[in-house]
Amino acid sequence: MKTKRMFTYVFLIIAALISIFPFIWMVISATNQSVDVTKGTLLPGAHLVGNINNLFSSVDMWQALWNSAKISVVTTVLSLLVASAAGYGFEMYRSRSKDIVFNILLASMMIPFAAIMVPLFQMFAKVSSVVPFLGIDTASAVILPTFTTAFLIFFFRQSTKMFPKDMMEAGRIDGLSEFGLFFRIYMPTMKSTYAAAAIITFLNSWNNYLWPLIVLQSPENMTVPLLISNLGSGYAPDYGLIMSAIVITTLPTALVFFMMQKQFVAGMTGSVK
Amino acid sequence: MISIFYFYPMIQALILSFKTGRGNNLQFTGLDNYIRLFSDTTFLTAVKNTFIYLIIQVPVMLVLALFIAVLLNDERLKFKGFFRTAIFLPTVTSLVAYSVVFKYMFGAEGIVNKFLVNLHLISEPIQWITDPFWAKVTIIIAITWRFTGYNMIFYLSSLQNVDKSIYEAAHIDGASAFTQFFKITIPLLKPIILFTTITSTIGTLQLFDEVVNITKGGPGNATMSISQYIYNLSFEYTPNFGYAATVSYSIVVMVLILTLIQNKLGGDKR
Repeated sequence: MKTKRMFTYVFLIIAALISIFPFIWMVISATNQSVDVTKGTLLPGAHLVGNINNLFSSVDMWQALWNSAKISVVTTVLSLLVASAAGYGFEMYRSRSKDIVFNILLASMMIPFAAIMVPLFQMFAKVSSVVPFLGIDTASAVILPTFTTAFLIFFFRQSTKMFPKDMMEAGRIDGLSEFGLFFRIYMPTMKSTYAAAAIITFLNSWNNYLWPLIVLQSPENMTVPLLISNLGSGYAPDYGLIMSAIVITTLPTALVFFMMQKQFVAGMTGSVK
Repeated sequence: MISIFYFYPMIQALILSFKTGRGNNLQFTGLDNYIRLFSDTTFLTAVKNTFIYLIIQVPVMLVLALFIAVLLNDERLKFKGFFRTAIFLPTVTSLVAYSVVFKYMFGAEGIVNKFLVNLHLISEPIQWITDPFWAKVTIIIAITWRFTGYNMIFYLSSLQNVDKSIYEAAHIDGASAFTQFFKITIPLLKPIILFTTITSTIGTLQLFDEVVNITKGGPGNATMSISQYIYNLSFEYTPNFGYAATVSYSIVVMVLILTLIQNKLGGDKR
């Protein structure tokens, strides 16, 4: 029994180290010069401030951060509203076509993005000539196809299964409207589900690469992942600078995760049944 | 919304896949694109690569995730929160950011080679990125690093919903940890295992960010994925949307077939 315990700890410690190591190395590299990064130095250097200065003076990092933040926040808010209303509707109301519609929704989860990106691009290209602010090279073009996902609706429906339905009845008797029930009873009780969904959506949106790569063309509309990918593709990339850009990008997502970790785990536990 | 942004493009893609031409100048050519598909060596290489990732990476990752989840589910374990957070942490990184970090870590003079040489595990640095075989290994290691914690959380949260008394009863009946794992844990987690298998399969079939940012699909086309090929056909080379849509449909067909197989395997033993 003792050796088994030992093995568990050793295994978990190694797994945790492997998981954390790239983060440590990324932070160390952000303090080093380009040459040291390629040589894989493990000692922190004194170039963090220099790297960050270079980064902000050579590319418009602020603009990219702002673009990413704008897209991620709008996507998250819209997603949560739509997906929770849909998940709530699927679970709370009876209707004959419900299951058919839900199965069709689930089927859309099976469609790989690569399979629809070409026609989707053409669709937005067509829209561009009519309504420019919805078309190619705009934030809306990034947000629109990504904010409704079947996964999130599924996630909310699963969690709603555990929702105490008596509370709804009590609310109805007290004279709350259907909207009132949703906003005043459902939303506050499902806080941890919302938190988990918010983290998932925010991370996905902040980190999304392929679709923004296709629709965003001008440098001033670029999101952070596009910027980082571009930084590395030049002739003489400055690795220290790139690593500091990566640290800056990873910080918000890591912070969001650490702040909401408790709710996140609670939300996940409630939904996966 | 979903019908506008998923199903309409699906139908459009199907129509497109029967057309050919440059840019937006397209004509109907019937099955030409589909015939071209089977003699296109780049496409076949991309399919082969994607399946290598799928067959090796997905099982390794899911077994690892399940194993870690079972270890972490032990009530007497200390520092549980730390381990869980640490192992889940890679999930918050952007695919692009971690890919770039891995690219440098696995460079010829990079930290991974240094480490292995210092431990005397290898005598010569491995050409991780520039050798066709090791480049695939690098991609597989990278994806495993990023997604194991993600799948672990699903397993862990369903394990926590399992009634503890089942294990107690099994323990009294004298079932070993090994038997308990295969006779209780796996059957109870079957739905979630199926779910993670399907999502990981679809994820791997769409693999894009990692190959583009770690190896650019190279050396040669040794690491190119199907998604990257579709992207190249539409946006890198002279755009050929029709043929790109045909390649897209090959992914749809693969997803369908694999999902059917997985559902069958998952459903049979219930």
